[in-house]
Amino acid sequence: MSWRSMAICLAVTFCSSLASTPTDAQAADVTVQFVQQKVPPPPVLSNLDPIPEDLGLRGAELALTDNMTTGRFLGQNWTLEITQVEPGGDFASALDAALAQTDLVILDAPAAQVREAASRVAGTTALLFNAGASDPALRDEACSANMLHTLPSEYMLSDALMQFAVKRRWTDLALITGEGPGDAEQAAALERSATKFGLKIGARKTWAFDADMRRNASQEVPLFTQELGDYDLLLVADAANDFARYIPFNTWRPRPVAGAEGLTPQVWDRVVEQWGAAQLQSRFAELAGRDMQGRDYAVWAAMRAIGEAVTRTKAADAQTLRSYMLGPDFELAGFKGRPLTFRDWNGQMRQPIALTHRGALVAQAPLEGFLHQRTELDTLGLDAPESRCAAFKQ
Amino acid sequence: MKPTPLLACLSSLCLLGAATPALSDEIWVTNEKDDTISVIDIETMEVTRTIPTGERPRGITFSKDFSVVYICASDSDAVQVMDPATGEILHDLPSGEDPEQFVLHPDDRHLYIANEDDAITTVVDTVSRTVVAQIDVGIEPEGMAVSPDGKIAITTSETTNMAHWIDTETQELFANTLVDSRPRHAEFVKGGSELWVSAEIGGTISVFDVATQAEKTKISFEVANMHPDRVQPVGFEFTQGDTHAFVALGPSNHVAVVNAETYEVEDYILVGRRVWHMDFNADRSLLFTTNGVSGDVTVIDVASRKALKSIKVGRFPWGAAFRPTN
Repeated sequence: MSWRSMAICLAVTFCSSLASTPTDAQAADVTVQFVQQKVPPPPVLSNLDPIPEDLGLRGAELALTDNMTTGRFLGQNWTLEITQVEPGGDFASALDAALAQTDLVILDAPAAQVREAASRVAGTTALLFNAGASDPALRDEACSANMLHTLPSEYMLSDALMQFAVKRRWTDLALITGEGPGDAEQAAALERSATKFGLKIGARKTWAFDADMRRNASQEVPLFTQELGDYDLLLVADAANDFARYIPFNTWRPRPVAGAEGLTPQVWDRVVEQWGAAQLQSRFAELAGRDMQGRDYAVWAAMRAIGEAVTRTKAADAQTLRSYMLGPDFELAGFKGRPLTFRDWNGQMRQPIALTHRGALVAQAPLEGFLHQRTELDTLGLDAPESRCAAFKQ
Repeated sequence: MKPTPLLACLSSLCLLGAATPALSDEIWVTNEKDDTISVIDIETMEVTRTIPTGERPRGITFSKDFSVVYICASDSDAVQVMDPATGEILHDLPSGEDPEQFVLHPDDRHLYIANEDDAITTVVDTVSRTVVAQIDVGIEPEGMAVSPDGKIAITTSETTNMAHWIDTETQELFANTLVDSRPRHAEFVKGGSELWVSAEIGGTISVFDVATQAEKTKISFEVANMHPDRVQPVGFEFTQGDTHAFVALGPSNHVAVVNAETYEVEDYILVGRRVWHMDFNADRSLLFTTNGVSGDVTVIDVASRKALKSIKVGRFPWGAAFRPTN
């Protein structure tokens, strides 16, 4: 069998073992499916940052315990079912099996599988949460009325970075793009955001080296970057952080590096500790034995958004929850300093983006001074007037 | 001109002589990221001393007779008991893990402690120094309150978004009421007939009728030129006779003045950055707010509703507690 499925059904036993009285009885049974497409990690030069086997999954588990704790006071029973599809496995039938159980599915999968999932649920009552694919098209012309996105789009990340460059008056940029999967898409997002915020990318180069940079980065990178001429900030598009880690301090000119290395835009990072985040970090570390990463956070946020909607609406059907989440009353406390909400034109979760380096949070976008008539959070990513998403229009 | 050594010596002697007879009241402020307490002299509005504590001090409260001060040293996993006269730690109380905030029962003996990392409220007997009860509550408990008659304790949980009502006879929950996102602080007012709970991310204060645990009303805030997302109510305190509440609005850097009869917001006062908790002086004519990000305390004149002064304290001031010295 190409996929396997298991369930965490702690809810019932957890509930009966506690002598707490649900005063606001609203007995609801909620089953959420977490469907993950496993992807073999791309080959990279350094082994320093292995991708955790349980990435994403642990976010779902933590949010399940969060939801159950609230649920036990309200008579809710929560079940998390887990379906993991091995590389090359039959994603479509795994998803169909998941949908046979529940209308609420959190997806952690690459863009191709997310698109396929969207087409399979079109016209049904199912509600999917994309927590694994940052492809902007999924929020734009390829959007689906049955899908909300808790992972930020690539545009939200690159907009966050460009706001910082504007703030620091780093107006002349240079760009190095890798040849790995996702690198060109990252570069395209950086180009788009640079234009959006009036910055100029002067020199561009492609990183086509296949040498092992652990040995000779100090020899190769200075010469490679010498041809870029002068610039204020060097952007690196390298989705797997294959070569980007060898760029800082080895550039011909002493210039800061951003993008895949140096200053990086993140949905979540271990260095985020303000806004009560220290508590989320420590609860996660206790559960998983490692730091919380971006995809863990996106999955956590999806599960918590469902939890919040169930608690406030006292309903468990996907369409009632969807209307509430897209409505004005929904807000999720996501440890980012302001409430998280969903854009009603494409289903993207609005959220601040952390700009971090390996040791600290540098800033959090939207940065002060970037104004918007609705909320500053909408200065990040696709805004309503430019949206090509038609599925959310009634 | 540089003063000669002799002159400098004489003048400091003079200062010492003048300072001894008239000891004035104090505000004690915990500095979350300095592991210290800053002591502010209310007369001079200056920090007179800085006292080391355990790691990450947050909640702070004095015993009824002010003979000891209790401090939540969150990262030391202890409630410390300090002699306020000497600043010496007398002993630690068992507190459960990560104590953040607590409240002293009117019996002057039992502390109700929110254990933020453990989703537990711990009840500690400060005399026998033992844990009397541990009560399962929602995720990230924080706000703590006890009714004036001592019969009800409240814990609010930040991620579960509830006020949990504890019967202090049985130490069991008898009600759980939903509030808006990230409840931070709770207070009983009007003789214990009302319970107020602030919700930081929700941006509201819910007012409950204590007899029925039903929500009476919800107070919202609106600061000019500030997106509603940034208006985040946290700590609050009531003026003499519970006529008005002063509400810290976190990163909006304002304190709101709420009429406790009409529930209308009457004023907003600009203070330091990320205003968090507060306490009054003896006659409640002055209010001292802790401003976490700017690392200072703002002194507000309650009658005129004007900020009088900023006092530099340690890094990330969190809690504030009044100490009379006469």
